[in-house]
Amino acid sequence: MSSDTSEITRQDDVTIRFAGDSGDGMQLTGTQFTDTTARVGNDLATFPDFPAEIRAPAGTRAGVSGYQIHFSSADIYTPGDAPDVLVAMNPAALIINYKDLKPGGIVLVNTGSFTEKDLERADCKTNPLTDGTLSAFRVIQEDINQRTIEALAGTSLGKKDVLRCKNFFTLGMMYWLFSRPIEPTLQWLTEKFGKKPDLLDANTRALKAGYNHGELLRLFQGRYDVPKVDNVEPGTYRNIMGNQAIAIGLAVGADLAGLKAFLGSYPITPATDILQYMSLMKNHGVITCQMEDEIAGICTAIGASFAGHLGITTTSGPGLALKTEAMGLAVITELPLVIVNVQRGGPSTGLPTKVEQADLLQSIFGRNGEAPIPVVACSCPADAFECAVEACRIAVEYMTPVILLSDNYIANGAEPWKLPTMESLPHFEVKFVTDPEGYTPYVRDGKLARAWAKPGTPELMHRIGGLEKDAHTGNVSYDPDNHQIMCETRLAKVMGIRDTIPTPTYFGPDAPDLLVIGWGSTYGAIRSSVEALQREGKRIGRLHMRHMYPLPHGLPEIFASARRIVVPEMNFGQAARLLTSEFPQFKFETIHKVQGKPFFAPELKAHFRKILEETA
Amino acid sequence: MSEVQQLKAKDFKSNQEIRWCPGCGDYSIIASVQAVLADIGVARENVVMVSGIGCSSRFPYYMETYGFHSIHGRANAIATGVKVANPDLQVWVITGDGDGLSIGGNHMIHSLRRNVDMKIILFNNEIYGLTKGQYSPTSPQGLQTKTSPFGSVDAPFNPLQLALGAGSTFVARTLDTQPKHMKEVLAAAAAHKGSAFVEVWQNCVIFNDGAFKDWTDKTVRDEQMIYLNAGQPMVFGKDNDKGLKIDGFALKVVPAAEASNWDPTVDSAGPAFVMTQLDTDPSMPRPFGVFRSVVRPTLDDLVHEQINSVTQKRGPGKVKDLLYTPDCWTVD
Repeated sequence: MSSDTSEITRQDDVTIRFAGDSGDGMQLTGTQFTDTTARVGNDLATFPDFPAEIRAPAGTRAGVSGYQIHFSSADIYTPGDAPDVLVAMNPAALIINYKDLKPGGIVLVNTGSFTEKDLERADCKTNPLTDGTLSAFRVIQEDINQRTIEALAGTSLGKKDVLRCKNFFTLGMMYWLFSRPIEPTLQWLTEKFGKKPDLLDANTRALKAGYNHGELLRLFQGRYDVPKVDNVEPGTYRNIMGNQAIAIGLAVGADLAGLKAFLGSYPITPATDILQYMSLMKNHGVITCQMEDEIAGICTAIGASFAGHLGITTTSGPGLALKTEAMGLAVITELPLVIVNVQRGGPSTGLPTKVEQADLLQSIFGRNGEAPIPVVACSCPADAFECAVEACRIAVEYMTPVILLSDNYIANGAEPWKLPTMESLPHFEVKFVTDPEGYTPYVRDGKLARAWAKPGTPELMHRIGGLEKDAHTGNVSYDPDNHQIMCETRLAKVMGIRDTIPTPTYFGPDAPDLLVIGWGSTYGAIRSSVEALQREGKRIGRLHMRHMYPLPHGLPEIFASARRIVVPEMNFGQAARLLTSEFPQFKFETIHKVQGKPFFAPELKAHFRKILEETA
Repeated sequence: MSEVQQLKAKDFKSNQEIRWCPGCGDYSIIASVQAVLADIGVARENVVMVSGIGCSSRFPYYMETYGFHSIHGRANAIATGVKVANPDLQVWVITGDGDGLSIGGNHMIHSLRRNVDMKIILFNNEIYGLTKGQYSPTSPQGLQTKTSPFGSVDAPFNPLQLALGAGSTFVARTLDTQPKHMKEVLAAAAAHKGSAFVEVWQNCVIFNDGAFKDWTDKTVRDEQMIYLNAGQPMVFGKDNDKGLKIDGFALKVVPAAEASNWDPTVDSAGPAFVMTQLDTDPSMPRPFGVFRSVVRPTLDDLVHEQINSVTQKRGPGKVKDLLYTPDCWTVD
């Protein structure tokens, strides 16, 4: 493939969206392009967008699955706004996505899936390839179905299986267009299909044929290169998705605590991957139990914590609701427990594969009784690792359940992650009580954490449970004053966490006209839009929260310096409401969005610009 | 640890005053459990009592062992976590007909199918006691309670059938008024490796007094109850003159000499299930004892065997391996 003579144009920043039917393998195409691009040394961010149905009726708009990747020669924080390139494998994919494309952008269309029947399935009255729909774009039409069939001539595979290779043909074309090496994917295919030589051969041939096709047929007017990022911080990197980062963080966190991780869980979109990843960690001593329901998931984890492990449960919003009573049990028994909530659109089943941040108040307050639980929120896939470790630290240092909030955008998004060095990891090794001298179940340390004695320890037999206990003896107590003391102690313990967490860093000019407060996965869009306005000289600053409860020290001092404060959230203003109740002296304006889509940088920039203009 | 000493039943009593109603069947059950634990010689620190919510679920507070009084219906799930985390512990689940078969029915069947090595004592009094007298999932149809003033229209579960259907490897029934029998059954449950499900007929003196008297009263029990003993002929009656004979998919009453031997260890759950059918026939005695006792791998063993075998194959994992995978790249 070295005979390539096409002129290569340098591009610093490209966004591609792969779109096709759920069965077209677009997620795989996207992740392969992503992994290769990471190896090339670009910064990148991705956004998979797929339907809740595994296979909606073929060719329909409901069944369109998309994968967007934004890659660049500079640091980037979002998966891109308007794509430069759209790959549309069928009419439905084209119709749903073309409006997002940049004017003048490239549309690569698989004309092999544009028959009358295909158009009908996609509910197209006229053919968008000929009716002027795409007049603003550079349209490249190719019968990818036919090209794939030709490339695989002589294969032992049936036609259906041959056509399933069309995504690798497409991937090859995109590799050529953006000057990516095909070797990483060839290697992946060898590992994946090593034992199925016919599939290995077919996909390899499709990939290579697609790549050569770009060169031979001059479909594109030249090709592009996006050079690697030059000023990357030295270190070791890997490409990481949010759910993967959480799985690793939890396993590492348990290890740093000197405990075995025990995950009791129940499959739920979009959190299931964490259970799947951790199920692979058997040789790390990680125990995973896929239980009969969400409640059993958290209850086995609580039982394991009682037995001296680090109990973990993973879920999404509806599952968190089911776990509510058991979370209260973990609060009153003061056992360490990490509850991961990968948020999705709600209420109820809502939008299972879409993003939302509307479980914040449920996480902080959604239990019967006074049941404080610390809440940590991660902002991007790489941050998810640190937050998972932090959740483990808080859980064991304070003997408390902790909720780690992620969301669908972080869960399935990918980005390069600079790996921490082993020396930089925090240490919080647990010391179990073994000495009966002075032991009671609720004897506390300086952080108000109760002593942890695990079953099997002689002379420390004790009983815990959901009934209120006497602060001194640990026996059941209905004493009114004791209940007040215990409630206050549990709250004071959780509030004490503030002494071990940093004040979020403020980025921006002194005394800004506008302070933007973010939490969770709005990080990238806020950072991109605020930095763009800062480059214009606007007096705008930002801070991003990680600890949502308790709130860190030092916030009012930052808030007081700003003329106006705004909190963009994918809910109806839950963090703003929280901040308003904690700091009633400030006015927190809100920007809400509950469309199952993340904020885009231009959208936020427009909001902020409007506020700045009003303020000027 | 100090040298192992022979513990007595009283060593398993905590310092907490028991708060069950005077005359409650629970007193006799806890005394039997304490006696059995002393007899089998288990160390107190290695015993964990897990309960849900209900009168019976206060049980762990009265035991000088590790204990967890949890939330309604979830004892089996919490106990599963305890046992899988530390298989060296002897785990007991204390539950009732409401806790274990209604709100906790799901966890009950799933822990039985997984064969978690734990001993489940289901106190069956056919009533909700702690909420003061509402019908339970084992209350007979027609029972008048506060929520069924005109008689319950709900069909009840037979706890033994549920356990057998869920694949329980040990299923037994005993009753609070027969401490000797109860201790035998509980000792057999304790010795069983796997999920042991023991239904205890337990009389609630306040809200459902005499629920079982048609079978257990002194005046009728010889004719209305039959004790199953492994390898022994199934005989009953005041003079042990009657017997049960297995006849296809049914049992029939025959002279004692013709009685079949009872074998709870057969592979098929069929005979045990046929035995539970006696409960639906007013002309037949009610059976007590061990219905089923078979061996199959336990969840806790399987989990740890798998961890060991994968660890042997791949070598013990290090934290660094979780982070620094082969797909990393380095920037200088």
